[in-house]
Amino acid sequence: MIAALFFYLFAGICVASAVMVIAARNPVHSVLYLILTFVNAAGLFVMMGAEFLAMILIVVYVGAVAVLFLFVVMMLDVDFSELKQGALQYLPIGLLIGGMFLAELLLVVGAWAFGPGVPQAITSPIPTTIPNTEAIGLVLYTRYVYFFQAAGMILLVAMVGAIVLTLHHRERVRRQNIAVQVARNPAASIEVVKVRSGQGLGGNA
Amino acid sequence: MDFFWTYIWPLTVIVAQSVLLLVILLIAIAYILLADRKIWAAVQIRRGPNVVGPWGLFQSFADLLKFVVKEPVIPAGANKGVFLLAPLVTCVLALAAWAVIPVNKNWVIANINVGVLYIFAISSLMVYGVIMAGWASNSKYPFLAALRSAAQMVSYEVSIGFVIITVLLCAGSLNLSAIVAAQDGKYGLLSWYWLPLFPMFVVFFISALAETNRPPFDLVEAESELVAGFMVEYGSTPYMMFMLGEYVAIGTMCAMATILFLGGWLSPVPYPPFTWVPGVIWFTLKALFMFFLFAMAKAIVPRYRYDQLMRLGWKVFLPLSLAMVAIVAGVIQYGALVTSAVK
Repeated sequence: MIAALFFYLFAGICVASAVMVIAARNPVHSVLYLILTFVNAAGLFVMMGAEFLAMILIVVYVGAVAVLFLFVVMMLDVDFSELKQGALQYLPIGLLIGGMFLAELLLVVGAWAFGPGVPQAITSPIPTTIPNTEAIGLVLYTRYVYFFQAAGMILLVAMVGAIVLTLHHRERVRRQNIAVQVARNPAASIEVVKVRSGQGLGGNA
Repeated sequence: MDFFWTYIWPLTVIVAQSVLLLVILLIAIAYILLADRKIWAAVQIRRGPNVVGPWGLFQSFADLLKFVVKEPVIPAGANKGVFLLAPLVTCVLALAAWAVIPVNKNWVIANINVGVLYIFAISSLMVYGVIMAGWASNSKYPFLAALRSAAQMVSYEVSIGFVIITVLLCAGSLNLSAIVAAQDGKYGLLSWYWLPLFPMFVVFFISALAETNRPPFDLVEAESELVAGFMVEYGSTPYMMFMLGEYVAIGTMCAMATILFLGGWLSPVPYPPFTWVPGVIWFTLKALFMFFLFAMAKAIVPRYRYDQLMRLGWKVFLPLSLAMVAIVAGVIQYGALVTSAVK
């Protein structure tokens, strides 16, 4: 009973804040609602006994991805009310994507309702004796290790690509070499000279 | 009656435990704050707060009263909801982390299997308090501070994550109590992880300073450039909540260092009479030692420049901790092979 109560609490807030993401006028508020959606989804994961996924969802999506979202949206200087005026013309595409999601969800629910064996057939069995963090590790690094490595490589290529696209090495920029700075000593950097009155240092010193 | 024993009674117990922890934690924070100021003063050969109560012991409570009775001022251009939400987020998140911290064997409110990840997730959420405050204030300095903090806290989280992974590799569990139990050896303090993972202990300490925006990494509130950073527009109770959240987060980091590297509640010498001392006292002493290091760092180290801070995080700590993860994993994997081959 308590579990059901919490499920409806998390699910209700999750859906409501997801609606607010697209309904909010202020884009920063939208991102904050998006974060609320993520946190509530993490709550739902915990309720399903997938605490590892829940924590990773918060660390990766809320702690890193959404921070960058917020970072960018905060710095944008766009009049969003003006932008929203043309939103209606995208309605058909939005409806199409929404309809596709709905159809896919129905298919998933259908498979789950009519064929109870399907989830067991396509996924690894869920062990009950070890914590699910260990269980994920056991399949991720054995059965799915190539997919895992491939995902890692794709991310690496994306990262290298982003750096290559934005990096342009500028000449005549003063750069700091910490090692050189630390290695400096008084003998090499200070010269003590005696300055005679009325003569200055003279010459080229 | 059945309903009572299944739902109401556990709920009452958890609430009572939480309130007890909260009260002890808040009183501890009040004195940690005072200790911080006293240590800082002692380094600068001043007296520090010494007027309210004997040796200034009630200074923090006087400050609390002063903050609470003042009028909260909300700037006209501020985004009111987010402006008031920001200190709440900081404060609540900082306190929530303590739910999983074991201060003694079995003395923990929620002994969850992913304790380390929970703490890590909470500390990665702490950045929102700063960003929301900076944005909602609708003012230059807080905004600049928010941008800085977003970059700073995300950068140092990466190295903290790798440091935690090295400890997890050694302990073989994400449960904080299990991590402490894994450090229980017959050599006492020599079998704690600070010794084999000493470079990581140093990296963790420095990253914790950066993650909690403590000097020398307090660029988020660098008063010489940003007035008071993201909390320029805050006063009275909202300001106090920021300060409380900040110090609770520092306490959490001290507790984390104690659990991950200093053997949590274990006694440094695993023989009587040292083992007769309750574990919670060892835990407190170790956490206070960590806090003393934090306070000394504040007193004696000058503030970093922003580009140097980023360089340290990405070009020094990240490769170092990444290499350590590989080395530790290699030693654990092949060390066993070598010892078995020798036998």
